[in-house]
Amino acid sequence: MQNILALIGVALSAAIGGFLAINADDKVMAFHATLLLASAILAGIFVLRSKTPASKELQGEYFDGPVKVATIATVFWGIAGFAAGALLAWQLTFPAFNFDIAWLNFGRLRPLHTSAVIFAFGGNALLATSLYVVQRTSRARLAGTWSPWFLVWGYQLFIVMAATGYLLGVTQGKEYAEPEWYVDIWLTVVWVVYLLVFLATLWKRREPHIYVANWFFLAFIVTVAMLHIVNNLALPVSWTGTRSYIIYSGVQDAMTQWWYGHNAVGFFLTAGFLGIMYYFIPKRVERPIYSYRLSIVHFWSLIFLYIWAGPHHLHYTALPDWAQTLGATFSIMLWMPSWGGMINGLMTLSGAWDRLRTDPVVRLLVVSVAFYGMSTFEGPLMSIKAVNSLSHYTDWTVGHVHSGALGWVGMVSFGAIYCLVPWLWNRKGMYSLKLIEWHFWVATLGILLYITSMWVGGIVQGLMWRAYDGLGFLQYSFAETVDALHIPFLIRAVGGLLFLSGGFIMAYNVWKTVRGDALLDEAEQPASAAAPSLQNSAQSLAYPAE
Amino acid sequence: MKHDVFEKNSITMLVGILVVVAIGGLVEIAPLYWLKSTIEKVKGMRPYTPLELAGRDIYIREGCYNCHSQMIRSLKDEVERYGHYSLAAESMYDHPFQWGSKRTGPDLARVGGKYSDSWHVEHLKNPRAVVPESIMPGYPFLSAKLDFSKIEHHLSTNKILGVPYTDEMVKNAVADLKTQTDPDADGLDAFEKRYPKSLVRKFDQRSKEITELDALIAYLQMLGTLVDFTKYDAAGPNLR
Repeated sequence: MQNILALIGVALSAAIGGFLAINADDKVMAFHATLLLASAILAGIFVLRSKTPASKELQGEYFDGPVKVATIATVFWGIAGFAAGALLAWQLTFPAFNFDIAWLNFGRLRPLHTSAVIFAFGGNALLATSLYVVQRTSRARLAGTWSPWFLVWGYQLFIVMAATGYLLGVTQGKEYAEPEWYVDIWLTVVWVVYLLVFLATLWKRREPHIYVANWFFLAFIVTVAMLHIVNNLALPVSWTGTRSYIIYSGVQDAMTQWWYGHNAVGFFLTAGFLGIMYYFIPKRVERPIYSYRLSIVHFWSLIFLYIWAGPHHLHYTALPDWAQTLGATFSIMLWMPSWGGMINGLMTLSGAWDRLRTDPVVRLLVVSVAFYGMSTFEGPLMSIKAVNSLSHYTDWTVGHVHSGALGWVGMVSFGAIYCLVPWLWNRKGMYSLKLIEWHFWVATLGILLYITSMWVGGIVQGLMWRAYDGLGFLQYSFAETVDALHIPFLIRAVGGLLFLSGGFIMAYNVWKTVRGDALLDEAEQPASAAAPSLQNSAQSLAYPAE
Repeated sequence: MKHDVFEKNSITMLVGILVVVAIGGLVEIAPLYWLKSTIEKVKGMRPYTPLELAGRDIYIREGCYNCHSQMIRSLKDEVERYGHYSLAAESMYDHPFQWGSKRTGPDLARVGGKYSDSWHVEHLKNPRAVVPESIMPGYPFLSAKLDFSKIEHHLSTNKILGVPYTDEMVKNAVADLKTQTDPDADGLDAFEKRYPKSLVRKFDQRSKEITELDALIAYLQMLGTLVDFTKYDAAGPNLR
């Protein structure tokens, strides 16, 4: 039965891919349609050649194949996204790195970078962790036979279509929502499957309560669906071509876009990753969540307040003042639930603070929460209109984003990957704790270089733009303010390279662990580093229930 | 604990989340469609000419919005540097908006007419030839021939979405696009009637065929020039 359904899906995708490949208006559509066709054929072969064990046999087992795929994909896309970012940083420092080639210029690479780190790296980290966590905290096998496989591979196809599209000049021209209409539709299909797999697994749970991490994952999945669909409504110029026009225009489009854009941060990069924090920190340090009540209060207030914050990206613009003020007000209020989450994460270490010294994975997780606290303080500050008049349009914003993205999202993902890999591949720990230590320091140093140089650069730039000379004329031409940024840009580019090299260290460590090489420092590994089946039963009192 | 109703039922939780996250967006977005003061009434705004629209497509394709804003904020230094602050009306035909969020390069909302066509040609080919400090990529590949085979459909798609293109404009899209690069064209008068204040000339100044440079420069040269600010009254009926 499942096989027949899967094959119908495969046939449908192949038919659409085949039709579009032949009738495409432009080369990119033909290329992407061929990609869909090829993926469908591969999926069909995979379904036909796999033996599906009777569902009874699987009741006791978790379904970790798709989780493993998403985990490896996280490492892979992480490096791709960091590398693209590093190249962009060097392009801004020395424009010769654009090579004057269409597909390598800054304007096309920047969406590739943002999509690669947010949707490819972050998205796969969320897929891997949410699918792992929902099974353990529900004590239930992932729902579906083929749908989890479709979910992870369909998501990779979305990434490949989006990324190659940007390089070939296919974009909607909305930040963080660049994929064109047909890629958006594909993502919508994948995302609906995600929601269904997640919900259906919750329905099978053998725990009365839904664990707090899953509240955050659920809010992330549902809200991202809402944001994605509403913000991307578009009318294609032709149903067999890549180009479309967004249905909104001007000021309404701006408001919709930043409602989407800010909540891509709020729900993709915050709510989802808080879900990671709520499982991996207590698991790794073997302590319960600090406050159950705080988690309820900060969950509901966080998701309610975040949605309002978008207009702070549009201060002093043609957006009506009432909307700007509303956005700023809610952004400032957002500080409180954000720090509620930070406190709940940090205080979970109560009685286990020594682990910060002995376990570099705990250090990654805890420092990520510290960065979360820092950037969720900086955000409300920058949403105040007077501050924003200086910071907006400058690299201060870029620095702020990266303290959140590299510090919070990056570090918490690294921590989760270092937990997940031994748990998934049944090892006693990561291949080398020492290398995790190196990764931690290299990445931290990179982030510090990045954000400090962007603070300096951004504020200098903002001040130069508004500087007047003694006679009341603007003191600097725009070109002079560009020149002033050269050294901050250089420092940032070095920071980016450090962060990227941390990614390579992680990839090597993950590869060695998956391959099953003997651990280098087994004696120093904490008990919680080992796969659950290898931990002795005395320690399995750990929270949350498993 | 009363939170049990959510914690023990995934559907209640799901509905709860949806209700909570829907409110903010509804309150902030929906009124922008019915509050009449959102978009000022101004004279002079018209849809893009087919050539300008094609140029705008190239602007989007190359991701210019990643480094250039098109939104002059109502701050003293910005108004002095770039011109009158941007009005909502000036981007009301922009699907999508291109206000941008970062100024790695200067704002372009009123770049129209600030530089000559030949400056743009040189600057796009090699920015450092005219601005030594510039860190903008070079775009020598924009000298390629412009593909405008689908331009009619581009106009009609915008028309469906509410941009006031007439049937006549859609029908004449290809001809109008060619006319705008050729001051000697027969249809010039009709074109200028359809698109007041449009600039007609060979923008890239060299090649015989119509290039992507022609389209992009036509777009850049009209940015921010449509509203006549000597006649615009920021007070009175436009007060928000």
